[in-house]
Amino acid sequence: MSIRVEGITKHFGQFAALSDVTLDFDKGKLVALLGPSGCGKTTLLRIIAGLETADHGRVLFDEEDATERHVRERQVGFVFQHYALFRHMSVFENVAFGLRVKPRKERPGEAEIRRRVMKLLDLVQLAWVADRSPLQLSGGQRQRIALARALAVEPQVLLLDEPFGALDAKVRKELRSWLRQLHDELHVTSIFVTHDQEEALELADEVVLMNRGRIEQIGSPTEVYTAPASAFVYGFLGSSNQLFGEVKDGYLDTLGARVALPTRETVPQRAAAFVRPHDLHIERGEGHGVPATVRRILTLGALARIELSAVQDSRAFEVELPLRDLSALALTQGETVRLVPTAMRLFPIEEAASP
Amino acid sequence: MAGAYANRKVLPGFKLTLGFTVAYLSLIVLVPLTAVFLKTSVLTADQFWAQITAPRAMASYRLTFGASLLAAAINAVFGLMLAWALVRYSFPGRKIVDALIDLPFALPTAVAGISLTAIYAKNGWLGQFLEPLGIKIAFTPVGVLVALIFIGLPFVVRTVQPILEDLDTEYEEAAASLGASRWETLRRVVIPALFPALLTGFALAFARAVGEYGSVIFIAGNMPLISEITPLIIITKLEQYDYAGATAIASVMLVVSFVLLLVINLLQAWVARSGGKES
Repeated sequence: MSIRVEGITKHFGQFAALSDVTLDFDKGKLVALLGPSGCGKTTLLRIIAGLETADHGRVLFDEEDATERHVRERQVGFVFQHYALFRHMSVFENVAFGLRVKPRKERPGEAEIRRRVMKLLDLVQLAWVADRSPLQLSGGQRQRIALARALAVEPQVLLLDEPFGALDAKVRKELRSWLRQLHDELHVTSIFVTHDQEEALELADEVVLMNRGRIEQIGSPTEVYTAPASAFVYGFLGSSNQLFGEVKDGYLDTLGARVALPTRETVPQRAAAFVRPHDLHIERGEGHGVPATVRRILTLGALARIELSAVQDSRAFEVELPLRDLSALALTQGETVRLVPTAMRLFPIEEAASP
Repeated sequence: MAGAYANRKVLPGFKLTLGFTVAYLSLIVLVPLTAVFLKTSVLTADQFWAQITAPRAMASYRLTFGASLLAAAINAVFGLMLAWALVRYSFPGRKIVDALIDLPFALPTAVAGISLTAIYAKNGWLGQFLEPLGIKIAFTPVGVLVALIFIGLPFVVRTVQPILEDLDTEYEEAAASLGASRWETLRRVVIPALFPALLTGFALAFARAVGEYGSVIFIAGNMPLISEITPLIIITKLEQYDYAGATAIASVMLVVSFVLLLVINLLQAWVARSGGKES
């Protein structure tokens, strides 16, 4: 089922959680709503589910207006951040819940319920815990049961609120690839909310970046990472160094130094330059670039990370380079060097200052 | 044995606390209760039997235990609704209502009895409207029930309230998203989660009602065989210096109350076991 939200606005008191959000979710896609906490992503998810009502705007399922439809009739599977498994029921009964509460005419018989629940438990690879209480399961298992329970009613849409938020790093990674496989098997239109960029980029077909109740960018994981549409997106995805200054004849004047612009793009007069840590080079001797002092040298596997601070106002910079380049450089702590960007993105300074 | 060792190591003072608990319980609860049975032992078995099965006594058991169970059941239903309203909604004056709940705890029971009688008597605020309809409350068993409902209410509200506060609305949302109607959600999700607390509240309200004296005697009218409660029979016997007779009736109350509370406790344990158990 395809979903469209149109002009959704939602206020909580004075706080604008969503302002005029319009979005399309294509059938069968796995879409991530990504953004910092308080950006409105969970609110949007809950509005799509019908757990929250928008102040303005419409929600359309397959081009049909579903704004007034009750959550019961929307046929959405919702997986809660803390799973919300019914504690007084066994795992089996939790999954069977959606079938048991169907109106008498549609309710399958006991044997059919049993068959369908066991099939779902097989799907999430947890048939062996059917008779246990949810309280006896680990976080990752609870998550999978919550998913099986949501799938039991054969939803048209699957909505997941921070699905891996409450799990430890290792389980999170495992479940992530497992969920991707499951989605490829089922092809249910799925939307999940996350604040973890790695999760969104790894898992989703499409990433929707949100900030302060607005959409910043929509695109494939590669698109949003390599071509950020705004300063916010650049800053939010991956780490970056920022330089603020005036642009004049191919140079950026910043921190009392001149930095040659690597590309000749049309740029604003006053600009913020974003540079990824691996696009910042360390050089010695005379030339352009920002003078900075080496503070710390960290080696992490095949990469080295250098933390520096600008000579002028001790603004922090981060440089990443392969380990063998580091030994060639022979840096020492406290040494003053030049930082030269080899690639950067420029944004108007007003926009960059806002996030 | 590993358990006992761990106990000593991690939670010291096991022997001390157990010793204190047993000594304290004996002094405050067990010794007086034993005295009740000792006192009755001056009666022969036949005398004892005659005392406890006297028609007046039998009628009073029916009234006391019947009205107490009914009052506790009514309180379970309306106490749950009250707790629900207090936890789930915010409305002007919520804090005041919340404070009012405890009033039956604090009020001297005689005061409660007198005010209830004044309201429900033939010429009282409510009684004057009910009387023409043929509904008599004061000086009838119904009056006893009203008094017992009044004093038992806080028990249910106060036991259910904290559990309800912990019950995240997420569970109800989950049920709704799975297609459950409001009624199904209540029946399958909310009530089962609250049931152990509800049962505790019921047991407490019941226990309190069985032992209630002060508020009931004013409104009951205390007509033998009709609206006379068992505690009153005990008091009456005491006033006639019939200590053995009084304690005989008292021992019946003790045993019946104990059995009923034990049944409720077992039911609770069973509910806890068949529901989710903590891992």
